[in-house]
Amino acid sequence: MEFSFELLWEILPQLLRATVVTLEATFCGFFIALVVGLVMVTFMRARARGVRIAARLVMEFLRATPLLVQVYFLFFVLPEFGISLSPFLTGVIALGCHYGAYAAEAYRAGLEAVPKGQWEAAVSLNYGRLATYRHIVLPQALPPIVPSLGNIAIAMLKDTPILAAVTVTELMFVANEIGSERFQYTEPVTAAALIYLVLSLAAAPLINLIDRRLRPQETRA
Amino acid sequence: MHIVWEYRQLLVEGVRITLLITALSAVLAIFMAFASGLARDARSPLLRVPAIIYIELFRGTSLLAQMFWLFFVLPSFGVNMPALACGVLAIGLCNGAYGSEIVRGALRAVPRGQREAAIALNYSRAQTFRIILLPQAARIMAPLFGSLVIEILKGSSLVSLITLADLTFQAKNIILVHLNTTTVLSVVLVIYFLIALFISGGARRIERALSRGVDGAGR
Amino acid sequence: MMPMVKFENVTKRFGATVVLDRFDFEAARGEKVVLIGPSGSGKSTLLRVLMTLERVEDGMVMIDGEALWYVRDGQDVEPVTQAHLHHMRAKVGMVFQHFNLFPHMTALENVASAPRHVLGKSKAEAEALAEVLLRKVGLGDKLSSYPARLSGGQQQRVAIARAMAMEPKVMLFDEVTSALDPELVGEVLEVMRALSVERDLTMLIVTHQMGVARALADRVCFFEKGVIVEQGPPEQVIDDPIHPRTQGFLRAVRLT
Repeated sequence: MEFSFELLWEILPQLLRATVVTLEATFCGFFIALVVGLVMVTFMRARARGVRIAARLVMEFLRATPLLVQVYFLFFVLPEFGISLSPFLTGVIALGCHYGAYAAEAYRAGLEAVPKGQWEAAVSLNYGRLATYRHIVLPQALPPIVPSLGNIAIAMLKDTPILAAVTVTELMFVANEIGSERFQYTEPVTAAALIYLVLSLAAAPLINLIDRRLRPQETRA
Repeated sequence: MHIVWEYRQLLVEGVRITLLITALSAVLAIFMAFASGLARDARSPLLRVPAIIYIELFRGTSLLAQMFWLFFVLPSFGVNMPALACGVLAIGLCNGAYGSEIVRGALRAVPRGQREAAIALNYSRAQTFRIILLPQAARIMAPLFGSLVIEILKGSSLVSLITLADLTFQAKNIILVHLNTTTVLSVVLVIYFLIALFISGGARRIERALSRGVDGAGR
Repeated sequence: MMPMVKFENVTKRFGATVVLDRFDFEAARGEKVVLIGPSGSGKSTLLRVLMTLERVEDGMVMIDGEALWYVRDGQDVEPVTQAHLHHMRAKVGMVFQHFNLFPHMTALENVASAPRHVLGKSKAEAEALAEVLLRKVGLGDKLSSYPARLSGGQQQRVAIARAMAMEPKVMLFDEVTSALDPELVGEVLEVMRALSVERDLTMLIVTHQMGVARALADRVCFFEKGVIVEQGPPEQVIDDPIHPRTQGFLRAVRLT
């Protein structure tokens, strides 16, 4: 079996258009994940024990069950309640909720990494709760969270093919479609895999750059 | 709920396939994690370079893309593997590449003084690894490998897209016939969650068994 | 008589910093040498070079009449093989500032492990030896304790027993009492004093504590910037130093 560069050239525009969908799904999903994670971590740090446990359970559940089944769940179950969303929106919400749980964990780890003495110092200086977060805790908690969020974004990029299962026309879906139309899987699937490789290899230095930018002066190497 | 009871045999069969694929993939992943994690830090570039290529390749491309590649593309090169082999190979190799970081990180977390003490006592390098480093690193690895196996469990659901009749596949079959999708999918999600709890519980027990003495509790 | 340890024209650098500068040193068989001096003066490096934890850039280091490192202009004159390192390490034992006990082994296992796996003794033999040694350092009742359950002083005594179990000809002590609470220094010092009775055992001891130096030393060497500035018996170097740098250092140490 030969690898046909002509065929590759022919299908490349289709694949690149699908790559745009993949990137859109990643960005939208990531944005949702950031918000969902924030909501979750707020509940996980709530005063009431019941709320904390419930939030923890939801987070563990979202992280421990397959994204594919979660996508099916939203895709098939929401319409039963009269909510019908496009496959893209359904997929992106599922992606955002699944990785929102990972984001919540990243936020939590960052917040807990701030030494207890910092909170105590804030109390001793009579900072309010909000002021403590804003001026003392978050500036210290955020920098270590950034690389974790970067890894989450890359992981999301590589999980977008799962959305193909509900007919989102992202990269893997299109590659597979081309394959089944032409009975020729080699070029589209290989090209799709390579596009993921290029995207995630490109993402790593980008995240490093953002990380370095956000890092406060005193901890820069 | 009666739908679930009606189709219990399909679900049980699906769980069986899911567990089989998870277990086989986990064995492959942990083996690859050690092989590539150790080779990654080897002195010889003959070991290091292939390890880097493997790790970057499998971490950089998507698991589903890898699975599709093995399933759809490899036959056109004359290699015909059963779907089960494609699934296990893709999940095992992909997660093995992630696992290499667990092995490297855990070994690096062993304090440098331990290696120096081993040199002072004249252990060979292989002995240092086996007697001094590995037992201490294993304690750090256990919960992380637990998380990796849960990722493998989740990844195993993708085999339903290459015709294997795992739990996800069966769930989809049932909801194609029946319209009560909420119940079926909820039950399936809960089953996955319970399996994941079982895995993390196992990992915690292993971690505790390995922590004897180390944390001062003398357990 | 042939010296047990010999440094000849040895240079050791860390990047741009010269830690040992064309350094010469000898210790006779059975001699107990205490090395003092400000931190970064090269005294710990001397021990670490002997334990093969560091290489040298230039010069020759000999132990018991055999070259450990023999380097000219950055090139090994005598190639250093794993087999050679293994052979040379058998002559040397080391005790570390932070003990470096194996946390996953009991005190007994810590001492018995290397005799078993490196010297090839049977398990029973190695454990019997370990028990004898642990009793000698006063830890006969702690055989099955894990390091995390032992005090710093007890851990350091296990570490000494562990090193002695390999029957070295040279024992290196790298600030072994520096990480201990003051009230625990005595018990470790006591064990070292007991060891110093062994006439054939060469001991090289790096310390900041003049009490340790007085108790153990045949000879005290004052280091500065990779060279020995002054040396002699403890009563001379510690109590009546000649060199102004030694005087300054000792004044500073007494203040703390």
